[in-house]
Amino acid sequence: MDAANYLYLSVLLFTIGAVGVVVRRNAIVVFMCIELMLNAANLAFVTFSRINGDLNGQVVAFFTMVVAACEVVVGLAIIVTIYRSRRSASVDDASLLKR
Amino acid sequence: MTTSNSLVYLIALPLLGAAILLLAGRRADKWGHILGTVMSGSSFAVGLYQLSQMLGRSNEARPVTQKLFEWISVGSFKVDAALLLDQLSICFVLLITGVGTLIHVYSISYMSHDHDRRRFFAYLNLFIAAMLLLVLGNSYLNLYVGWEGVGLASYLLIGFWNQKPAYATASKKAFVMNRIGDMGLSFAIMIAFATVGTVSFEGIKEHVHHTSTGALTAIGIMLLVAATGKSAQFPLQAWLGDAMAGPTPVSALIHAATMVTAGVYLITRSNFIFDAAPTAQLLVVIIGAITLLFGALIGTAKDDIKKALAASTMSQIGYMILGAGLGPVGYAFAIMHLLTHGFFKAGMFLGAGSVMHGMNDEVNMRKYGALRKFMPITFATFGLGYLAILGVPPFAGFYSKDMIIETAFNSGGTKGIILGSVTLLGAGITAFYMTRVMILTFTGKSRWDEEAHPHESPLLMWLPMAVLAIGSVSSGFLLSRGDALVNWLAPLFQEHGEHSELLKPIVVSGLALAMVAIGVAIAFLKYSRQEVASVAPEDVSVFTKIARQDLMQDRFNEAVFMRPGQQLTQVLVKTDEAVIDGAVRGVGHMAMGSGSLLRGVQSGFVRSYAALILVGAVLLIAAIWVVTN
Repeated sequence: MDAANYLYLSVLLFTIGAVGVVVRRNAIVVFMCIELMLNAANLAFVTFSRINGDLNGQVVAFFTMVVAACEVVVGLAIIVTIYRSRRSASVDDASLLKR
Repeated sequence: MTTSNSLVYLIALPLLGAAILLLAGRRADKWGHILGTVMSGSSFAVGLYQLSQMLGRSNEARPVTQKLFEWISVGSFKVDAALLLDQLSICFVLLITGVGTLIHVYSISYMSHDHDRRRFFAYLNLFIAAMLLLVLGNSYLNLYVGWEGVGLASYLLIGFWNQKPAYATASKKAFVMNRIGDMGLSFAIMIAFATVGTVSFEGIKEHVHHTSTGALTAIGIMLLVAATGKSAQFPLQAWLGDAMAGPTPVSALIHAATMVTAGVYLITRSNFIFDAAPTAQLLVVIIGAITLLFGALIGTAKDDIKKALAASTMSQIGYMILGAGLGPVGYAFAIMHLLTHGFFKAGMFLGAGSVMHGMNDEVNMRKYGALRKFMPITFATFGLGYLAILGVPPFAGFYSKDMIIETAFNSGGTKGIILGSVTLLGAGITAFYMTRVMILTFTGKSRWDEEAHPHESPLLMWLPMAVLAIGSVSSGFLLSRGDALVNWLAPLFQEHGEHSELLKPIVVSGLALAMVAIGVAIAFLKYSRQEVASVAPEDVSVFTKIARQDLMQDRFNEAVFMRPGQQLTQVLVKTDEAVIDGAVRGVGHMAMGSGSLLRGVQSGFVRSYAALILVGAVLLIAAIWVVTN
């Protein structure tokens, strides 16, 4: 199968993720969309690794996974805390920083 | 060269006195004046001790030095803070501490009603210390410290009663005009350092023969600028009259006997420079000649007794500067006139103070008259000073002033005749205005205000006046007997060849006395034969009007320096506001404007940030793509 197809899939996933981040209000969904973008990038790495015939891309993919795991831990903790204090997980409600 | 450990006490004692009096504050009010006087007196005692030591040594071994500490050490340039007491400095040390102590004693009584007397004595001690540093420094840099120190003390004392705005202005005027002279001194030091490589008197003296005449002339002219500032010589003379705003003892000590003669000291001390730079030396003579007439002319029109004496001081210092400008023959006579002048002028100023003391601080001589009966001691001491300044034999001025006139005549050629005539004319005018002061103050009918109750001053005031009067009588004779002072100072100066003798001393004395007699006679005709108006008459000749305004010196300075200077500063202020402040404010406005433009972007909504990041990333990638392809 042509390696380019994997890249098309990666682009598609990334676009879905990016649009999701911009469009959706629910923090959990936004978070999932970010994961989607990260994994799209991972897919691209692995694909390039395959095309180039070395392991660099795959190694980076592992790094990305570790980073994603950490991010989930911290991010979910923040979302849970915000939800507890505000009874809402909408990102638009948490807009106090502008003042 | 002999070294000594006790020179520093000369300066340290009065400096300590000033420090204690200033730091102790009101606690010292009760005994401050006594401490100040004792400190000044003990400095005088140290001076006498040094003189006795010096007399016991041979000519070559007389100069004494003391190194205090290494002050500046940069590469090959080294300046020690060191003191040098030689035959010239000792004259000044004794004059400063001697007359200074007498004036301290006088001030105890004169300032007894002033609640700030302690501060006054602190400043007097500070002045004594600074003036001693000026004459004891062994390099121009050390001298400069003292030079600035006396400037500060002068400023503080002129403005001692600074609650009166006019007095505060007078002190500022003195300070600013002195600053111009001080710039001259600092330039001289810089030029000396750049061309000779050292700033000590001895170092420059050694190198003077292989230094270019141009450099020496530049140094000489800059030193002359310094001297004109400090000694109130033309064209920086205008501050001295206003400096009379200070208490009278200050006028006697600083603005008659000591500080204003610092310029004469500077030129005499730098004799090796001026001897090698004839142009600068000629300028010194010209400045001296102009000032001696200038001061004398102002003196003829002044009704304020202190200002008349100040004009006279200016004129007499003109004589000294002229004498110092005549070269090796003249230095000793300049110093001799300086010393005798220190006695008789300080004595007359104290006399003026005594008169003011008895007349409710009235200074207008037209409101005096007939004070001889009420103040016999003041009249006697003032009168002796008067005879001394006139140059009547055998009083002090006869010896010192006649020597300068004689030397001026014998300086050769047309120059000699011009200078001699100027000094003779000056002597005549001096006789006129001093007689005028005497007549207006002590004789004739009384023209006092109703509430004046003239009375003789207390012992503490007339005692110093009496001592100074003795000096006015005897100092000239003592200093010139067997050429005592000339021989004493001779080792410091170049030897001078025999000069052509245009006029014999006896002829010069005769001419001078004739001029004096004419001056006195005119004054008698004008002020003794006629009634003196108690208000200055308005219908006077244009010359009198000009002389009353100090020969337009203030107007000249105002028109030539002050107004253009103000305009320049105004232009600069406007330029500063428009260009420099404009640029600074412009940057601020730019930042503020762009900030308020960009503020709209900071909505606080995470999703809009995310969208912006996305757009930015896409644009970046697009840009990279465009550039790489």
